[in-house]
Amino acid sequence: MTHIKTKQGRRAFIKNSSLAGGGLVLGFSWFNSCKPKVAEALAVEIEMPKEWYEINGYLKIGDNGVVTIMSPNPEIGQNVRTSMPMIVADELEVDWKNVVVEQAALNTNLYSWQVAGGSRSISSSWQNLRMAGATARHMLKEAAAETWQVPVGEVTAVAGILSHEATGKSAGYGEMASAASKLEVPEEIELKEIKDFSIIGTSRKNVDGKKLVTGKPLFGIDVQREGMLIASVVHPPAFGMKLKSYDAEAIKQMPGIRDVFTIKLYDDDFKKMAFHFTAFNELIVVVGDSTWQVFQAKKALNVEWENNPEITDTMTMFGNDMKVTFPAGMENSEDHTAKLKDITSSKIKVARKDGNPEAAFKNAAKIIERSYSCPFLAHNTMEPMNFFAHVTDDHAELLGPTQTPEWMEPAVSEVLGIPLENIDIQMTRQGGGFGRRLYGHFMVEVAAISQRMKAPVKLVYTREDDMTQGIYRPAYYATYRAAFDTDKNLTAFHVRAGGIPESPLFANRFPAGAIDNYLAEDFTVDSNITTGAFRAPRSNFIAGAEQSFLDEIAEEMGKDPIDFRLELLKRADENPVGKKESNDYDASRYAGVLELVREKSNWKQAEPGVHRGVSAYFCHQSYVAQVLDIVMDNDTPVVKKVTAAIDCGIVVNPDAASNLSEGGVIDGIGHAMYSGLTFKDGMPQQSNFDRYRLIRHKEAPKMIETHFVQSEIDPTGMGEPPFPPIMGALANALYKATGQRHYQQPFIKEKQIIG
Amino acid sequence: MATFSIHINGSTKNIDVDPSTPMLWVLRDHFNLVGTKFGCGIAQCGACTVHLGENAVRSCQLPISAVGEQHITTIEGLSENGNHPVQQAWLEVDVYQCGYCQAGQIMTASALLKKNPNPTEEEIEGAMNGNICRCGTYTRIKKAVKKAAEINQNT
Repeated sequence: MTHIKTKQGRRAFIKNSSLAGGGLVLGFSWFNSCKPKVAEALAVEIEMPKEWYEINGYLKIGDNGVVTIMSPNPEIGQNVRTSMPMIVADELEVDWKNVVVEQAALNTNLYSWQVAGGSRSISSSWQNLRMAGATARHMLKEAAAETWQVPVGEVTAVAGILSHEATGKSAGYGEMASAASKLEVPEEIELKEIKDFSIIGTSRKNVDGKKLVTGKPLFGIDVQREGMLIASVVHPPAFGMKLKSYDAEAIKQMPGIRDVFTIKLYDDDFKKMAFHFTAFNELIVVVGDSTWQVFQAKKALNVEWENNPEITDTMTMFGNDMKVTFPAGMENSEDHTAKLKDITSSKIKVARKDGNPEAAFKNAAKIIERSYSCPFLAHNTMEPMNFFAHVTDDHAELLGPTQTPEWMEPAVSEVLGIPLENIDIQMTRQGGGFGRRLYGHFMVEVAAISQRMKAPVKLVYTREDDMTQGIYRPAYYATYRAAFDTDKNLTAFHVRAGGIPESPLFANRFPAGAIDNYLAEDFTVDSNITTGAFRAPRSNFIAGAEQSFLDEIAEEMGKDPIDFRLELLKRADENPVGKKESNDYDASRYAGVLELVREKSNWKQAEPGVHRGVSAYFCHQSYVAQVLDIVMDNDTPVVKKVTAAIDCGIVVNPDAASNLSEGGVIDGIGHAMYSGLTFKDGMPQQSNFDRYRLIRHKEAPKMIETHFVQSEIDPTGMGEPPFPPIMGALANALYKATGQRHYQQPFIKEKQIIG
Repeated sequence: MATFSIHINGSTKNIDVDPSTPMLWVLRDHFNLVGTKFGCGIAQCGACTVHLGENAVRSCQLPISAVGEQHITTIEGLSENGNHPVQQAWLEVDVYQCGYCQAGQIMTASALLKKNPNPTEEEIEGAMNGNICRCGTYTRIKKAVKKAAEINQNT
């Protein structure tokens, strides 16, 4: 048993002082305001109890033994709404079919890190979720022991039943819930042994499944309220532009239109956090009765735009100030490419240097140099940006899809002039995130609109608004060089990576630490095209570039690509260059996934006609190796199968984690192969799915198989890590299949077509 | 504005809207049938797929004036208890990630199986190709369509 001090933990499971007397719950308004007789959970109908008893901020138990578990984090498709409550339920020792899951509202007093970002939902809450369940289990045992007058150590709890063997007494959790809720929180509790987990590590179906397949309202865009108005915004058509003038009167007369006005989101002196960022601070707002009427009115609006001057802004990012420059002018994709290729030496910074790479390159018998690039990408969540707000004189209610409710709340407060404690933010299920909904300017926009309209308002972006609004995945560029001696030994490695406006370099990741002479440099290029985090930021390019280049090195050395990587990892593990701790990754776990994928893909015995590429990468504290198999079908490469090996520590919900692995693979192939956003005179040249190509059914791999490393290490990231490496595996397999190496994403521009 | 009488999910609803209003927005804003999703508005993503008669159509490109006497079925009306074989298969395979596109995927798949109860892999891919899933659940969708065909044949 692991004993842990409950006081060391966070806030949620220490009982709120206002509830110290225990008893009936009055905490979570969303739940109490509509107490259904029957709730749908896990596609099985559950009889709701008459009374609920709150044990702590994560859970309450009904008088009939049904348990409600709060899922604190935003659900963007990573399935935390199922997997986070699973962790609580396991430690609570309750039958999963008696669990009802509720989305928690933003509550900074109860929870920490209510964020969908950095693949950290499970890892950052792992201990708290376990403690919440274990604390409740302990309190239920204590309540039974007191009731039965037996020692608490003799009371057992199994699947929601408390028992005392010697006296033969037993009771369901529901019978003890009232008494347990009145007890003091124990100072120390025992967590389960990993081997005793009965829910964690077993596959449980998505708790929203039944609602999803029957079309129940779950998403922000589905919110309907009495008297609700629909709003939409108009932003400049090009980066580097701002509003000059517009003719509101012409569209005010259109049917269903209530008002047309502008909002200026942030005052000039408002110090923004990075996630408050918006490309277009001044927007035209159209408000009306229905979505279609508002969208039609927007199209009919006459607007004049003018050019922006250069703008500098200071934003804070986790306490650090960042100065950002947005140059004036209308930018073009050709200029972007030229700027990245022809970077001047004065802008290049050394990020890490081991040994004497200059001498090694000077003395090399052969040097290979390759450059890789990728375009800007739009996140393109299937659910366009939207949010609901109802702002009254001194209160604001917000409801919708956001990855960062806690970080957006201060911006909403500032713009409305309403104190934080009078702002309630609740989260719906979200039609995708991928980083886009980290930047919640749309929450601030709808709050400002509702305040002005004095009415409940739902803000809805069109797809075109969504795709042309900015916050893109940056455009990146990297040049790799490798030096070899006359015996074809690798003697030096050099990466110079940059981007608009950030560099994708991780100087201390593999192969740093495995090569004596190593040089990593980075650079940046300013732009007024705005960017933000996109699933596995920076890794989403550099992994594919690096893993493609390693493939060329292995080929030059005449080595098997997996053997070659394992040799480097052995060096990094046993005799690392530099201090071991200066390398970000654990070389033995890295090697572990490569060995597992080698075994599971039957790497050495490819079937005839199958062309294989391998890739492996570390990010978000997890390790992923992938083998991608291509077959040629009438000169067209088809991805027949992908085999993935993943080490993300303990896997909470294996089938759901496999789903994320499959999604990462398809997402990675799609973006490497087909997608890109280009610019002409500051205007995005793609604004909808007719010209912005996303991967479709026919182009997806025919089969994806995921294998997890058996581990007792606490869970690490799962949402992002499967995404970056597949781009390398794809490029390497395409080379085997066609003889052509791929350097510029999207690869489709380099001629190959999958599917 | 004009008055329309629309046959939908087994009942008839009257509505007064502009004749050019796409069914997508009639469903969502006026009938409160929000299971049909807005994705692109130009018939490229399939999130808004409904059945017009027995055909899967994009409701974002279907003006209410073009519906006439034809029956519309939405995800809410696909089955009485959420037990259509395609819905059962989706639950069994646990297809979804974010889930936003899945109503459209299910409507396309159910229209396919009605016409072609035992589709080949290529026929499934062909029929489903107009429905984008940004999360990348394509392999699961295909598995679920096959499973639904099996359920159909066993009942």
